[in-house]
Parts: sequence; structure tokens; C-alpha cells
Amino acid sequence: MASKLLLSQLRNITRPTHHRLINPNFIFPLKNQTLIHSRPYSDAPQPPPVGSKPPPTNADSAPTHKKISSSLNQAELAKFSAIAETWWDAEGPFKPLHVMNPTRLAFIRSTLCRHFGKDPYSAKPFEGLKFVDVGCGGGILSEPLARMGATVTGIDAVEKNINIAQLHADLDPGTSSIEYLCTTAEKLVEEQRKFDAVLALEVIEHVAEPAEFCKSLSALTVSGGANVISTINRSMRAYATAIVVAEYLLHWLPKGTHEWSSFLTPEELVLILQRASISVQEMAGFVYNPLTGKWSLSDDISVNFIAYGTKNTE
Amino acid sequence: MNRAIVRRITPNIRTWRSTLKTFCSDTSEKLHGSDGDKAVTDSTDNVPQYDVAIVGGGMVGMALACSLASMPLTKHLNVAIIDSNPALLARDNIKKEDAPDPRVSTVTPATISFFKGMGAWQYVQLHRHAFFDRMQVWDYTGLGYTRYSARDVDKAVLGCVVENKVLQRSLLSCMEDSDVKKKIYPSRLNSMTLHKSSLLSGTDSISSEPSGSLAKLNLSDGDCLYAKLVVGADGSKSHVRKLAGISTTGWKYPQNAIICTVEHTEDNRCAWQRFLRTGPIALLPMGDNYSNIVWTMGPQQAADRRSMNEADFLKAVNDALDDGHGPHPQSERIGDGGILAWLRSDETSSASEHFEVPPRITKLASDRMVFPLSLMHANNYVSKRVVLIGDAAHTVHPLAGQGVNLGFGDANSLSRVIAEGVAVGSDIGEMALLKRYESERKAANIAMMAILDGFQKAYSIDFGPLNVLRAAAFHGVNYISPLKKNIISYASGEQRLPLFT
Repeated sequence: MASKLLLSQLRNITRPTHHRLINPNFIFPLKNQTLIHSRPYSDAPQPPPVGSKPPPTNADSAPTHKKISSSLNQAELAKFSAIAETWWDAEGPFKPLHVMNPTRLAFIRSTLCRHFGKDPYSAKPFEGLKFVDVGCGGGILSEPLARMGATVTGIDAVEKNINIAQLHADLDPGTSSIEYLCTTAEKLVEEQRKFDAVLALEVIEHVAEPAEFCKSLSALTVSGGANVISTINRSMRAYATAIVVAEYLLHWLPKGTHEWSSFLTPEELVLILQRASISVQEMAGFVYNPLTGKWSLSDDISVNFIAYGTKNTE
Repeated sequence: MNRAIVRRITPNIRTWRSTLKTFCSDTSEKLHGSDGDKAVTDSTDNVPQYDVAIVGGGMVGMALACSLASMPLTKHLNVAIIDSNPALLARDNIKKEDAPDPRVSTVTPATISFFKGMGAWQYVQLHRHAFFDRMQVWDYTGLGYTRYSARDVDKAVLGCVVENKVLQRSLLSCMEDSDVKKKIYPSRLNSMTLHKSSLLSGTDSISSEPSGSLAKLNLSDGDCLYAKLVVGADGSKSHVRKLAGISTTGWKYPQNAIICTVEHTEDNRCAWQRFLRTGPIALLPMGDNYSNIVWTMGPQQAADRRSMNEADFLKAVNDALDDGHGPHPQSERIGDGGILAWLRSDETSSASEHFEVPPRITKLASDRMVFPLSLMHANNYVSKRVVLIGDAAHTVHPLAGQGVNLGFGDANSLSRVIAEGVAVGSDIGEMALLKRYESERKAANIAMMAILDGFQKAYSIDFGPLNVLRAAAFHGVNYISPLKKNIISYASGEQRLPLFT
């Protein structure tokens, strides 16, 4: 099945390409019309891929491609905007994220408490620390972090997401202090903001240039600060579970949410982070038990995995 | 002329009522930069906000509050306890010379360790309490009996009998000694609404149920308060359950229970239960030659027994325990060799004990109280921002002394689930978290209720072959050690489910 897909995609590359008319009601493209596109792992600029990509929540391609890539991003941002109201619907398209949230928060809590030397039994261990949630979406991660005492800044490139996040955070006095900004990591770097911990969960697989993205994340971190990145492994098992099963069989995610070629393997992630002066300290995987319907942390990083790294001290 | 006066007064009343409403009305402003979970009383608005509002300050409600107070992750939570019982605020201590209250509970070893974990058991030990390490169960047919002993499962006690007011007071003292933020509201809950603490406007309204709304509680004395989570611990006729719209399943038993305290001449460290035609009678040791009687029978008989004079009642009790209703069971010949000796090789020590006659009751030491019995189970334990624990969620027949222990199990489980929620920064009132508590407790509670109901039905029929079957069951349990050990450890609360744990 994968080979048939590859063949059809190769055929698409040789055919003359065309821009699809962007219809806001037509949310995601058919699988066989998307092009295979290579992820630019080197720093040399690559020609921008034509055809729709899963929506990036950070528009950070290299400056020379800004004109073409911004129009592309608008299309994808529109797609994400269309389902923005459903962020906090625990049974809606974002249900997998809601179900997985406590598990990834457990990992974040345990690693960051150790990193900052905080008491793991305290109810608000992150009091006095500045966190930034890059690609915060509706604030699913930012709100629990704020409840754990951190001063949280959430950024996202889709304005509707920021509005939803702000509205939802205002409902609870414990989270109404979260600062939500509709911006990108690069712009924050330009503003020279620094944070004790930078988190980018389930973002890097939607980004055009992961290497640049990691450099921005690193620039946002204070020296000796922490980074947490989570994504999906580029493995056959991940293709089978995260794309085929989750999108096509169980309909957990809208079709086309993820592009298998955008996934990163743990080794690649570690290398990119190393080049951005972040050393990965711990990595863990998430596994889903279909009988109990619960996610748990494990050593199995073949599908979903999360990495915690520290910024090298200069 | 009078009509004109009336017309002038009524508008005033209306405006007065509307101003009263605005005092208690929604806090529409968000509280900026607040340090999270303090009971914030805004200067413009006097409605306090709590994290957990426990409606019902009985044993189970107080156990939840005490458990939250004893864990480091949940110590900081603001708890409001709503109960109109004046005993909660009263500072008078329970004196040792007080007559033993007939309202007692048997606490299982699992509950004892729950209390010890919270640091509340030391307060219970200051008052009257009685451990027992033996139990004997038989019925009126005299065909069989079973004796249980704590030594069968290598433990020291099978349970402890404590007065309800002692349990409640100990939990309260334990909470007061810790520096947890709590407030007791001495009134009843009138109504409850789910309320958004800020206005959502325009097209960005969240379509499905937002988890960000708070619950607003209106009390009978006019107070209002907000809470992230409302816990219904207000007993079998739970008002919280009705307000949350949770339906129940169950039926009334055609039986009432008489409870009273009696005195006897000899010391008693054994729990006795005899199943009669109309229902079981249980004698539970309370220490100092006192014991508690729980006698189940039909409603008419219960009313008669309650109103008869003391001497007649004592005679009826002694009849029920020993003399009347049927013969004594025969003790098995012990040390019998023969064909089946190899089967008895790892018998429990209690299997070799003879049938004993319960102590003779000499005096009535308290009033007789009558309670109707029923089985009830709430179809859901949780609803938006509402969770039920204890008798509000389930009631059972008292024949195995499990009712309040199930409630304590609920309180233990809920406090642990809340701690896990706080650890990952969740909103403690969100459904995903509460559903975890429900899935943990529902299975265990339903299993126990089914077993107890089965017993109640099995013993309410007087039919020859069924009597023989029950006698066989008595013998079987007495002599098959794995079964006996399993029963003891399930009834002690060490096992959650009867078979597979």
C-alpha cells in the first residue's frame, strides 16, 4: 500500500502542478493528490512545496520564501481556523489531545521539577518560573501549566486559536493570567524575550523547517533553561497507527492532519537540537492501551515521543 | 384606600427583592492575577470561591475533607463543608462516661488503615472503640454454622466497632489540627447552578459544554458560594443528587432494622450474627461489656418490638440470639480421621472451633431506634462539577456491616483522584477526572451490593431444600480454607473485587 502511494506521488511530481482553489469548506485534501515533499534538514534553502500541507502553527520558513509560503500558510491557517471552536470540546476533533494531556503533563512535571530543583509534592511547583508554550492552540497545555504556578505565555499563529484560548482561560481565575499572543517564535526572538522553559508539543511536525524552528526555540531559552518537544516518530508503526488507524479507521483526527514525511525520528530531533545548543537529557514514549482507553508513558518511542533537553550554558 | 396602599407597597418589595438578587448575583469580572485558589472575596462582590464544597458533614464527607487535608498535593485546596448539624460547630467533647450511642459502625481493616494514613485514628483511640477478632454466623435451622477468626488470614483483628459520633468528631479534630483552609457553613443547600464566571460573547462562543464554569450554591440562610467541585455526601436522600438530576435504581426491603445498645455480664470480643426467618440479628461488641444490636425484621414487628417494655424486649433478644427460633447447630466432631482427613490438612484454625453460645443480655442501655432498609444505587456518580460519595451514591443492607466502609472507600478514591488532577494541573471539576473516580468505584460498589442483596434474598426464604443448601454453604465456607480466607479478606476491604484481585 505504501509503495502504491509512493508511485502515485512520484507521478504527481512529474505532472505540472497547479494551485488548488482554496475553498474554506473543503478542509483537508485527498491523500493521493498531495505531493511527497522532502524535509529540508540541511540549512540550504529549498523550493517551497506546492499543494497543501498540514497546517503549521508557526510560519517560519526562511525569509527568501516568505511571499510564497505566507500565501500557503494562509490557506492552512484557514483550515485550522475552521475547527477552532472545537478546541475545548473534549469529544470533538481534538479529543486525542485531551486524552493524552495528563500523560504528557506527568512527564513535564517530573522532568522540569527535577531540572529546576522543585519539590515534586508541591501543588504549585513552577511558581516564579516563566514558560512559553509555542503553538499553544486552544491552550490545552498552557492552562494546566498555569495552574501549576508557572507564568505562562502562549503563542500561536492562528488568531482564532488565541481568541478561543483567551476566552477559555478567563473562565478560571487560576488561568486568567496567561499571556496569549498571536505571533511566531521568530518574532519573539526578535523581541529578545527569554523564558526558563520553552515547550513545543505536537508542533514540530507541522513546521516547514524544523532546524530553524529549533534554533528559534533555543534562542528563546535562557542559558541553562529547559526545552520540551513532543512529536511523532517517522516509523512504519507510526504510519500505521497515527495516520492509517487514527485518521482513516478510527476517525480520531481529520484526514490529512499529519504528513508522514514531516515526522522526525528521535535521532534527527536530537541532532537538530544539538545544533541548536540544546542537549536532550530524557526521552519517553506514549503508548495507548485500547482496552482501558488510557495513555501511559513508556520506553517505547516508536510512535509518539517526548524529549526534554537543556540549553547549554554559554 | 387599602388597595392603593397595597399597590404602593408591592413595587417596593419587588425592588427590594431584586437588590437582594444582585447581592448574590454572578461575579462577572475575572479575578486578575489572583494567586489561584484562595477563597477570594472581591471587594465589589462578597461571594467566596472554594475549590471543593462538600455538602454533608457526616462521616464520609468529613473523611473526604480530612483526606484532602492530609495530602501535600491537596492541602492548599479551599474546602467548604455545608451541614446544618450543630454538632459540627460545637466544641464540647465526647465524655467517656456517656452512655454508648446506639448508632455505631463496624470499620474494616482497610478503613482503619485509611484513617491511620490521614492521622485520624489516634483521635478515635481516645474514645470508646472495640476491636473484635472472631465472628460466628449461623441460622435458625441449626443445620450449620461458620466461625471466622482474624488468625485465619494472619491478622490481629477482623474489624472495630466505633460509634458514629466518635468517628465524625475524630475526623473533625484531625482536620482542625492541620492548617488546612476550611469553613463550615451551618445551613442546608437550597439550590445549585452551574455558572460561567465571565461572559462569552459574539461568534467565539464555545459550542459544547465549557469546563470553565463554576458551580454556584445557594444556602438556606441566604449565603452563596462558588465551588469548582461539589461533592454530594448528604446521605441516601441526597439533595445534591436530585439537583444534579442523577437517577437511581433500587428497591425497598420489606424490613426495618431496630438498633440499640445492650449490656451483658461477660466480656465479648466476637461478632455474632444469626439469621432468623424474618431477618438477621447481629450482636457487635463495643467494649466495657456493652454490645450493639442490629435486628432486622418486618415493619410491623419492628414497631411492636420498639414499643414493648424493656423486660419483654430483652427476652425477645435472648430468644433471637439463642433460646428460641430453632436448635443450636451441632459442632462437628473434631479430629476425626477417616477418609477425608487429607482434605482438611490446611484448615484454618477457626474451622476447629466449636459452636459457641452468644452472651446473655441483661440490660438495655439505650433507646431503641428503627430505620427502614433499602437498596439504592445512583446510575451515575458524577455529573458536571458534581460527584456523589457514600450513601448519596449507594445504600446497602446492614447485614455485613459494609455500608459506611464503601463510603470511606469512595472518599479515599476521590481524594486520590483529586490529588492526581492537581498534580497535572487539571481543573478538578472536569468530567474526565471525575469519570476516573466513577470507573474505579462503580465496579467495586456494584459487586458488593450484588453479593449483599443475594444474601438478603437467600436468607429471606424458608423452604426446606433451600435451608439445606444454606447449611451446606455454611459448612463449605467453614471448612474450605481458600474460600474462607477470600471471604474474610474481601469483607475486610483488602480486596476490591470478590474474585479476580
